[in-house]
Amino acid sequence: MATLSIALTGNPNTGKSTIFNELTGARQKIGNWPGVTVDKKFGYVQHNGRAISIVDLPGTYSVNARSPEEKIVIDYLHEAKPDLVVDVIDSSNLERNLFLTVQLLEQGIPLLIDFNMADEAKKHGIHVNLRMMEEMLGMPVVTTVGRRAKSIRGLLDVFTSTIMANYRPGEMIQKHLETMEELRVSGQDAAIIEEKMIACRYALIDEIVTKAVTRGKTGWSLADKLDGILANGVLALPLLLAIIYAVFEVTFTWIGQPMADTLDGIMGDVITPWAADALTSLGVVPWLQDLVVKGVIGGVGSVLTFVPLIFTLFFCLSFLDGTGYMARVAFVMDPIMRRAGLSGKGVMPLIMGFGCGVPAIMGARALDSEKDRMISILITPFLTCGAKLPIMALFAAMFFPEHAADVVFAMYIVGIVMAIVMAKVLNVTTFRDQESTFLLELPPYRLPDMKTVLLETWDKGKGYLVKAGTIIFAMSVLIWFLSNYNMAGPTEEMSESFLASIGSAMSALFAFHGFATWEAGAAIVTGILAKESVVATMGILYGAADISTEAGDAMETASQLVGTMGASFTMMSALAFMVFTQLYTPCVTALGTIKKETGRWKWVAFAAGYTFAVAWVVSLVVYQAGRLLGY
Amino acid sequence: MTLKEGKTGMKLRIQSLADSPLKERLLTMGLLPGTVVEILRSAPLGDPMTLSVRSYNLALRRADAANIEVTAVQ
Repeated sequence: MATLSIALTGNPNTGKSTIFNELTGARQKIGNWPGVTVDKKFGYVQHNGRAISIVDLPGTYSVNARSPEEKIVIDYLHEAKPDLVVDVIDSSNLERNLFLTVQLLEQGIPLLIDFNMADEAKKHGIHVNLRMMEEMLGMPVVTTVGRRAKSIRGLLDVFTSTIMANYRPGEMIQKHLETMEELRVSGQDAAIIEEKMIACRYALIDEIVTKAVTRGKTGWSLADKLDGILANGVLALPLLLAIIYAVFEVTFTWIGQPMADTLDGIMGDVITPWAADALTSLGVVPWLQDLVVKGVIGGVGSVLTFVPLIFTLFFCLSFLDGTGYMARVAFVMDPIMRRAGLSGKGVMPLIMGFGCGVPAIMGARALDSEKDRMISILITPFLTCGAKLPIMALFAAMFFPEHAADVVFAMYIVGIVMAIVMAKVLNVTTFRDQESTFLLELPPYRLPDMKTVLLETWDKGKGYLVKAGTIIFAMSVLIWFLSNYNMAGPTEEMSESFLASIGSAMSALFAFHGFATWEAGAAIVTGILAKESVVATMGILYGAADISTEAGDAMETASQLVGTMGASFTMMSALAFMVFTQLYTPCVTALGTIKKETGRWKWVAFAAGYTFAVAWVVSLVVYQAGRLLGY
Repeated sequence: MTLKEGKTGMKLRIQSLADSPLKERLLTMGLLPGTVVEILRSAPLGDPMTLSVRSYNLALRRADAANIEVTAVQ
């Protein structure tokens, strides 16, 4: 039999993605709808001997084709004509959910209507008469509790046994379609017609709901009680800060760092010696051994130790998002964010920026208006991502040993402050004439579906693994080559290598910053490939090629380099260098993401250039001001 | 009065929506003339506000709420 094609559609927050994840699990792929920055999720499952392909269409409140998501949904349904279209509905929130249903039926799209979240509806005393719904709508109706295996099996049974051709819109719908048609040809102003159509749809929905739904009496729901503290009043903001602080604690201290240490131990004590021995016993040429062990394994290893941190951070954020709490964060933070030139919905993507800028830039899709999204994308590079941390840690340990932690913290603040300043500047210059909009549904608090949380974590974090495998790998080889060769062939003296020439050229820009050395210049250049390279390059150039590049080993690394690197910076020039690397051009992976999300090289060039300029100016001011003050 | 001036706890019936970039979206989300909404709360700084609309909760900025004419419901 041919593959059964199914499309999932519905409002946001209906558990549609949970159903998709439960149906397809690991057998899903996330791609891109052509021409737009919207995820295309599709997957496969086998049931009763049939192959089923499922597309999870973006959640939308309507299909007016005014936003890219809505256009994707309606175009797909008309063009691909899936065998079965499932409209997933939050049973506790019927009226607004049925709006999409009615619109789709108007467009002649046959639907399998899934009254999901049945358990919550029951708790709220909402009872849907499914038989009556089926009669009135004329379409097959089913009810599920999305994350329960039994519901999913039931759903699969319905998929393989329902013949959509047997169904026709019910009488109420037919009458409604006639009314719609009358309005369409009535010759009134287009906007007025649109408004009347919306009113008509809700009138129909009210009629349907009155007939087929009974509501018991409920007092204040748990969501409302929780929101009394979390979304309102004096405690909301402190609690929010506490929760966000907890996320960082869990990520960096409890889970992230210990896991990173273990990984590092494995890399250092097991894999590196094993590789070295294996290569020697295979009779591999020394320079190639050197390349593999010091260059590749060292480079890739330094990135891999971030992986636990990145995944932990994204897990926490996904989990919080799944509970519905992130909507409250957007709600509470909106006025504060607006003073900074941003939007409440931008908080979550920017927090991700403290792990890695790439998903943070992609996360900006959550923002309602293009202006908010662009500004968020352009200020993300100022934040202290995981890769910048070792730079800060090393310099702080070496030049500010007594106040190392405070100095690192100060760098975080520098990044945040510059992000806010640039957001305000962009608001009144480049994006002056665009508007910022904000409309946010606050869904009930829920326990998130763990499969969904894990899949999302993987989706957001896997880009980092890809980066380790490709960019860092290539960069490690490149740096190794550039630092060991020059025009005349292999060179013993690094100061005569290609890397030195490149570094010297770059260092000319920093004559007044206090760090106009070729080593610093080289590190800055390699830092554009990946921020992790800054410390690695410093290490190679200052003669300690097998130093650890993790933040946790900063003190040790500092002591190894203090004679060489320590002597070529003063306290102020070190500070200026830290500020520069904090703010300047983001890594190529981030720039590539900016290209993907904005579609224009113009923005990539702008992002690369303006961050460099801002970094140059601010670090210059820091250095010169420090000198003036006598440091 | 407009929705912007509403205080927590008020039940208000929507009379009309002024033209604005958000108008169609507000209508789609169920804020139609004749609909009764309840103001549940506002964020710590007073803005945005949360409304109970039909069966769900919607947050919007006070500046946008100024575009919605309402009357009090007893």
